[in-house]
Amino acid sequence: MASLKKIARRSFLVGSAAILGGVAFGTYKYHQPAPNPLEPGEGKAVLNPFVFVDQSGVTLIAPRAEMGQGVHSSWAALIAEELDVDPAQVTVIHGPAAKAYYNSAMMAEALPGRGYNASDFQHSLGQVVGNFSKFLDLQVTGGSSSMKDGFTRMRLAGASARETLKEAAAQRLGVARALLETRDGQVLAPGGVTLSYADLATEAATVDPQEAELRPAAQWKYIGKPVPRIDMLAKVTGTAGFGVDTRIDGMKFAAIKQNPHFGAGMRSFDASAAKDMAGVEEVIDLGDAVAVVGSNTWLAQQAVDAIEVDWEPTAQPETTDAIFAEIEAAFDDVPNSTMRDDGDVDSLPEGAELIEAEYRLPYLAHATMEPMNATALYTGDALQIWAPNQGPTIVQKSAAALTGLDAEAVTVNTTYLGGGFGRRIEVDYCNRAVQIAQQMKGTPVQLTWSREEDMQHDYYRPGAIGRYRAAVKDGKAVMVHGKIAAQSTTQEGAGRMLGLPMSGPDKGHVDAAFNQPLAIPNFRVEGYIAKPMIPVGFWRSVAASFNGFFSDSIVDEMAHKAGRDPLEFRLELARAEWEPAAKVLETVRDMSGWSGKTPEGIGRGVALVYSFGTPVAQVIEVADRDGDIAITKAWTAADLGLVVDPQNTEAQLFSGLAYGLSAACFGEITFDGGAVEQENFPDYDAMRMPSMPAVEVAVLQQQKHMGGAGEPGTPPAAPALANALFDLTGKRARELPLNKHFSFL
Amino acid sequence: MSKTLRINGKTHQVDLPDDVPLLWVLRDEIGLTGTKFGCGVAACGACTVQVDGEAMRSCQLSLGDVEGEVTTIEGLGTPDNLAKIQAAWVEHQVAQCGYCQSGQIMQAASLLAENPAPSDADIDDAMQGNLCRCGTYPRIRAAIHSAAKMMQEA
Repeated sequence: MASLKKIARRSFLVGSAAILGGVAFGTYKYHQPAPNPLEPGEGKAVLNPFVFVDQSGVTLIAPRAEMGQGVHSSWAALIAEELDVDPAQVTVIHGPAAKAYYNSAMMAEALPGRGYNASDFQHSLGQVVGNFSKFLDLQVTGGSSSMKDGFTRMRLAGASARETLKEAAAQRLGVARALLETRDGQVLAPGGVTLSYADLATEAATVDPQEAELRPAAQWKYIGKPVPRIDMLAKVTGTAGFGVDTRIDGMKFAAIKQNPHFGAGMRSFDASAAKDMAGVEEVIDLGDAVAVVGSNTWLAQQAVDAIEVDWEPTAQPETTDAIFAEIEAAFDDVPNSTMRDDGDVDSLPEGAELIEAEYRLPYLAHATMEPMNATALYTGDALQIWAPNQGPTIVQKSAAALTGLDAEAVTVNTTYLGGGFGRRIEVDYCNRAVQIAQQMKGTPVQLTWSREEDMQHDYYRPGAIGRYRAAVKDGKAVMVHGKIAAQSTTQEGAGRMLGLPMSGPDKGHVDAAFNQPLAIPNFRVEGYIAKPMIPVGFWRSVAASFNGFFSDSIVDEMAHKAGRDPLEFRLELARAEWEPAAKVLETVRDMSGWSGKTPEGIGRGVALVYSFGTPVAQVIEVADRDGDIAITKAWTAADLGLVVDPQNTEAQLFSGLAYGLSAACFGEITFDGGAVEQENFPDYDAMRMPSMPAVEVAVLQQQKHMGGAGEPGTPPAAPALANALFDLTGKRARELPLNKHFSFL
Repeated sequence: MSKTLRINGKTHQVDLPDDVPLLWVLRDEIGLTGTKFGCGVAACGACTVQVDGEAMRSCQLSLGDVEGEVTTIEGLGTPDNLAKIQAAWVEHQVAQCGYCQSGQIMQAASLLAENPAPSDADIDDAMQGNLCRCGTYPRIRAAIHSAAKMMQEA
């Protein structure tokens, strides 16, 4: 194993700016740095693609989108930890589209295995495989991966920057670098001499980039502690620039009408009424959609509403029932995957009691607060795009293909995102702005979708069916056989994102079903893939959002059948499989004072779901208020291993729970006549302040590897709530949303 | 038609049809982009501004119907000179994506003007029309309590 040791040592020494873009494992190609996309002006030193030092101080070029998850603040803290600056003094800007900004953690998720039981070796291997995403230009924010991705790279960037600035100071002062120290954005030399980083910036550009070892955890000042958010001041004063806030000289505003029937074309349209309306400047035929460009968004929207369009009908099933019949039909095919196949599920163990259940979950929209929008300026030989997006290189590639320009001629400016949740990894809204701009050569155009357009032209969380057979014997779980059918987000969404056909067993499709840390001797999970019908995409926690409901609901049904306390039942299964999963259950048990008994009129449910590397347990309490249901309290515990910012992590876990509860209670996209029936928040509502329970969050840092924060809080919310409702009413909800069967206050 | 508006203490002359909602006058004509578009049907509260101190959904307020002094988030305080309520928002690190927060703050400021010491139930009641998809509600509630305290002590 000498070679492994060597790899480990080399990975530790990757401090050189010259190779900071890549992790030094494997072949020459891994070593080869991705080109540095930043061109510094005079008097500025670009130390590497992440840190920028000039006369105004230190700027972090953050290639991950700030969509509320706090990545800018946490990455600034990681840089600051090594660079010896106050994170609050670091300016953070969104980076351009560039290969150097590939996401090294994202592809690691695609490795075989259950995740929770991966060895250190597999985690290292994950980082190697992560390098493949560089070749795929995967500069994306998603998969709860930003801390895993940035944890080492950002600190290395900070350390290398520090040492290079010290080297510049050493050369100027004629003293050895080893005699220099750094503090508060300054290099300190013997004899009380101090030189600010800003002062050294120009010289630092001329010295060789320096490597440095990372500081041990015992020396950390910022990691593991709450760091005030860098974007807070802007966001409370209305000065944060979201996509819709882009203002370019001479800019016009556009509105759009797209075919409500997915994938179908436009036969003709009549814009005679629209053309004479106030503020209208151009009516634009987009081939399969129509847009109006005008002097303000609302006037453009009024005009586009007045256009009569003859749409082609859909070639897909037209109603919710017909769509679900197709999902059911997928069970008749051979399974796409059998990711877990332990023991024997074909015969019922002798003396065991059988449970059969079918669960059905609806399609869901993302409903980000900021509707889809993008701004574009096309000049014939170049294109500029301003967009709140989760994948700049994907936006760039797609716009280049649309316009026939080279990718280098397409500049992508990423703004703050008014929510992402996976919706903004798609590029459809950018493409539409580009198409309009192409017909408005030389004029910047901002396209903003109406909320109705946003709701009816999403890439939806797929509707899904879970068919389960399970068995208990002598109070124990002895068998689980789950079959899951849905459209595949991996095949359709990732295929769209990468421009590659995706085939083979789809692990993402059965995430949070096959890889639950539960010791059940006979355990099989099969994934079935329904044909593409409705556009589906990455919705916060992806397939774990439905599989988490299936896998935890069946465990709750088993516990009930076995006559066992549902928390103790789960705890026994988790403890025998993976300790961190047991710990989060014990934590919510203790926080909630779980006794297995509730007074009349009160119900409690528990759920445990492992996803994105993080086990999360939740307890939810509901109360009967004269026949209506109030969700009164929730407790959630998650073990993320090492946490960069506990306060921000807590906010993410809470947010995941809120997003999950919104979907569980109210979320449903239905179809009729080939179109989405929901239009706006009145028929696609979310948790509001009075309906949100009081929540206690516990962030554990005990497992060995870093887990995700943004997504794993979502999957347990629906089963925990459904289990609480079962406890309260004796009614088992096997379909969502729950407002179909319960009346919420 | 031509109309004179008083916004954040300044006078603005606009020449637009009467039925254009104030939201779009602010954002696309005057360049005050702090007020956000979320739904266009008064269902999310992202566009909340104050007219003579009262919280209103600017997506439903036609230009022709605007009477009185309009205050937007930009008029409440600036990064260099925060209003107390904004300082409370910073203290509690309320915002995540932040898109709804202008509306949340304008709604809360209006509540505090009417009710200087609101209970949790008063806050729930006043804020239920303001949607936040990130789920920042508990910190919003805490910030409103803090702001109430700061204002009383001032």
